[in-house]
Amino acid sequence: MTTLTKPEQPSGRRDGAPFLSVRDLSVQFATEDGIVKAVDGLSFDVERGRTLGIVGESGSGKSVTNLAVLGLHNPRNTAITGEIVLNGHELTGAPQRTLEKLRGNTMAMIFQDSLSALSPYYTVGRQIAEPFRKHTGASRKAARERAVEMLRRVGIPQPELRVDDYPHQFSGGMRQRAMIALALVCDPQLLIADEPTTALDVTVQAQILDLLKQLQQETGTAIIFITHDLGVVARICDDVLVMYAGRCVERGTVRDILTTPRHPYAWGLLSSVPRRKAPVDAPLRPIPGTPPSLLKPPTGCPFHPRCEFREYVGDTRCQDERPMLTLDSGRGAACHLPAEQQKSIFAEQIRPLLGRS
Amino acid sequence: MLRFLVRRVLGAIVILLLISAVTYFLFFALPADPAALSCGKNCNPQTLALIRKNLGLDEPVPVQYWQYMIGIFLGRNMTIGHCSAPCFGYSFASQQPVWSTLMNRYPTTVTLAAMGALIFLVIGVGLGLISAARQGTAFDKIASAVSLTGQSVQIYFIGPLAIYLFADTLGWLSRGHDPDWTHDPVGSITGMILPAMVMSVIFWSNYSRQTRSLMVEQLSEDHVRTARAKGMTSRYVFMRYALRGAMGPIITIFGMDLSSVFGGAIITEYTFGLHGLGQLAVSAVTQTDLPLEMGVMLFGAAAIVIANIIVDACYAVIDPRIRLS
Amino acid sequence: MSEQLSLAKPALPSQRKGGPLLEVEGLTKHFPLRDGFLFKRQVGAVQAVDGVDFTIHEGEALGLVGESGCGKSTTGRLVTRLLEPTAGQILYQGHNITHTDRKHLAPIRSQIQMIFQDPYASLNPRQTVGTIITGPMEINHIQPPGGHEKRVRELLETVGLNPEHYNRFPHEFSGGQRQRIGIARALGMQPKLIIADEPVSALDVSIQAQVVNLLQKLQHELGIAFLFIAHDLAIVRHFSHRVAVMYLGKIMEIGNRTDIYETPRHPYTHALLSAAPEANPDDEQERIRLAGDVPSPINPPTGCRFRTRCWKAQQKCTTEEPPLLQIAGNNTGHLTACHYPQDPTTAARDEDVVLDPALAALEQNAQESAEESAEESAEGSAEEQ
Repeated sequence: MTTLTKPEQPSGRRDGAPFLSVRDLSVQFATEDGIVKAVDGLSFDVERGRTLGIVGESGSGKSVTNLAVLGLHNPRNTAITGEIVLNGHELTGAPQRTLEKLRGNTMAMIFQDSLSALSPYYTVGRQIAEPFRKHTGASRKAARERAVEMLRRVGIPQPELRVDDYPHQFSGGMRQRAMIALALVCDPQLLIADEPTTALDVTVQAQILDLLKQLQQETGTAIIFITHDLGVVARICDDVLVMYAGRCVERGTVRDILTTPRHPYAWGLLSSVPRRKAPVDAPLRPIPGTPPSLLKPPTGCPFHPRCEFREYVGDTRCQDERPMLTLDSGRGAACHLPAEQQKSIFAEQIRPLLGRS
Repeated sequence: MLRFLVRRVLGAIVILLLISAVTYFLFFALPADPAALSCGKNCNPQTLALIRKNLGLDEPVPVQYWQYMIGIFLGRNMTIGHCSAPCFGYSFASQQPVWSTLMNRYPTTVTLAAMGALIFLVIGVGLGLISAARQGTAFDKIASAVSLTGQSVQIYFIGPLAIYLFADTLGWLSRGHDPDWTHDPVGSITGMILPAMVMSVIFWSNYSRQTRSLMVEQLSEDHVRTARAKGMTSRYVFMRYALRGAMGPIITIFGMDLSSVFGGAIITEYTFGLHGLGQLAVSAVTQTDLPLEMGVMLFGAAAIVIANIIVDACYAVIDPRIRLS
Repeated sequence: MSEQLSLAKPALPSQRKGGPLLEVEGLTKHFPLRDGFLFKRQVGAVQAVDGVDFTIHEGEALGLVGESGCGKSTTGRLVTRLLEPTAGQILYQGHNITHTDRKHLAPIRSQIQMIFQDPYASLNPRQTVGTIITGPMEINHIQPPGGHEKRVRELLETVGLNPEHYNRFPHEFSGGQRQRIGIARALGMQPKLIIADEPVSALDVSIQAQVVNLLQKLQHELGIAFLFIAHDLAIVRHFSHRVAVMYLGKIMEIGNRTDIYETPRHPYTHALLSAAPEANPDDEQERIRLAGDVPSPINPPTGCRFRTRCWKAQQKCTTEEPPLLQIAGNNTGHLTACHYPQDPTTAARDEDVVLDPALAALEQNAQESAEESAEESAEGSAEEQ
């Protein structure tokens, strides 16, 4: 009896096609100084009910990728190639009207700075109700009720009153909650969160992260979570994609990336951040140098000018040959170091700095 | 909001009082003596003293100023006769009450300024909006060239040219005449179209350029991106989000431009031979006609101050951050 | 109150290097708020810093940590006298510099230097690096042997920049390099105390570590004392010998770093530590989720300022402000301002503290539905049997 009901359950979708599938995505901007290769040959999938963390520093292309998924780039100076398939629909090259129907409806976005990301000229309630009216055809009154309900769900006290407030009358944490309510108002199946807690205080950040996680459990939304903070990744992500200079340098589950990272850049990210349980006397191990210019990215491996483990590979292979990312059940690193050496270097040189047993 | 308005009105009164005092006392710092002027060549001290007394120039300046201010609010008895409130005195030159002269002349100036402003706002902001929506296209480039040309010409140059072309040769528009709102409202408008158009030309380019750059800036704002991320159409986002954000600064620029608008109206009056406040102001200064000068000055200042309060009130209506803080 | 505070003084944690360099007592800064119909009058005050006491010893790094609005940056600016204190006193090497005028402050000012958060805004874009670093030396009549240029080149080398870049302008450098220029400028004054206000929070993660290491090297090698202001708990722990936790203008807890990070007593310290995420999927910690944001410092809560967000707050917390003192069981020098302190451990507890109502409701739902489905499957299996 119970076996019969099983195929109807939505969880069956986990085995099928991913909800969002990005293949060989490249994004280039034409600027006065030349062409910026912001994203270069990026591929990833996101499944329903799971959270993919995209980690990288400023200029790594993590935000650009997601603006491309939503189709929010400026078409005048941006060239996008590759495939973005959302729930079976191809989005690259899709007309604006198609994208407008999907944005805010099937896929929604939460931005970093809620003060500038919400319009100062309209009430919070109106800004939440707007996409609901557009995508569901609801009446003004129904949309307003929906906005109140959403505000209540994300924990705004007295939502019936606060719905008529303007964003500047909200505190920072409340505004970010309103931003979440706005993104979730049409029950999107894909939520892209671009550094949603970076501007918040740490106690508020903890509330918001837990809230997002709980809401995801209720709705089964797929989440792409963009951040530079590996601590936040540990809290909220299932899978992680590490980006450097517009490329994916490592992929894996959150446990893979945080406990047994393979790429020297991922090692650098982990060992340059102090940890509360690490020994205090050892200095941090920063990544030398600065991130590369995307106008003229380094040849071969983009990380090679900053990589301290080049000599393990030998010759000029890191300068000459671009390492490919080959995935073995969702796990892989784009690095010329042999797998065994990756393991031993991490175990001997990096892990002791992290203060883990 | 009410508190804000009351505070602004009280502030405006203080400003007007200051302007009146400065104008009044500066007048007496001038080397010219109005009594001597009106006395003429064959003047003896007795006549001069009599004229002084008649013009009220025999009292100390602060007393004169005090009486002048009292007159505005309560009216006053003068040698020529009773002058009822608001009394701005009698013109030294024409012996006419200043107030009624102002009342005769102001419709021309105000109509010209208002119509001119309306035209340059519509054309300038309109051009700016279309240019912003079509950045980099041929329209954008032509529009900026046209409005730049507009800015570099002078009213007294294009005025006669426009009269020759549109009024005398083509006969499309009237050469321009003073409005008479009570008897001929339609003629009041048609008679002002050509002068108002000519006056507006010098303002187009500023407004189209400012609007364009404000819109370009607004279109790259985060909240505009959020609106697009919600799936709102580009037209909706352009009009409801970006334009809404650009409106405040445009209104502020307009508020700061108001005195230039009045200045432009005065030059235009001269060019088109209209009888507005501009002509009056020039003759008052050249004839050292203190009451007339004070009247025109205060009238102009009051107009600008009131218009600025309206502008500020509009800003508060547009931007809730100002209204609610 | 003074009696209780005196407890703080004899305590000498092990890391302490020398005698007291900077002593701050009852330091207060209220920014007046003016409003009125026609004439502005003071209607209130932002109580940015409200009675703060701490001491920095020679060569010691004191971390000041807290969330936005806690007054940590204002404290830094008061100590450097960039702001005028409303009350309290600042003693530098025993001299009272609380209200000293510019002229008399000058010799001391060069010994207390500041490093700012924004490496882009804190350097004059029209001056070369050489001018930026020499300027303060000239103003303070510092004549290094061998001349200014030689000294600047030395300083650039010390902070890890190429001495050949003497004539470059700030825009030719990256964010991390600009922060190094700011550090070189401070070092040129041969300071005894550096106030570092969020010195790395504007930088990328990989660059942060470079700057932190540089500062730490200077601290060790030159024996400079630091007041290290930051919101990042892990960086503060890494850098500071002692740490003060601030909330709404007051110090909630102060102690050496093991006291604060391993045996904290104040509920707020617990909440902060619990909220800060660690890049470790196996991190086992107590889970405390507060409700709402930090209240406004304009009308801070009476009594204990943290009580409105505290799960242990009782009547006493409303009426009586808890003094900052050494609670029974604490190490000497570990002071806590709390009536009902927590146990000195950060280990995970049986029950989470979740004060956020929306979060609590969602978690309740999730738990109930989990229980229901568990029951259902139990029923189902029973039926099958």
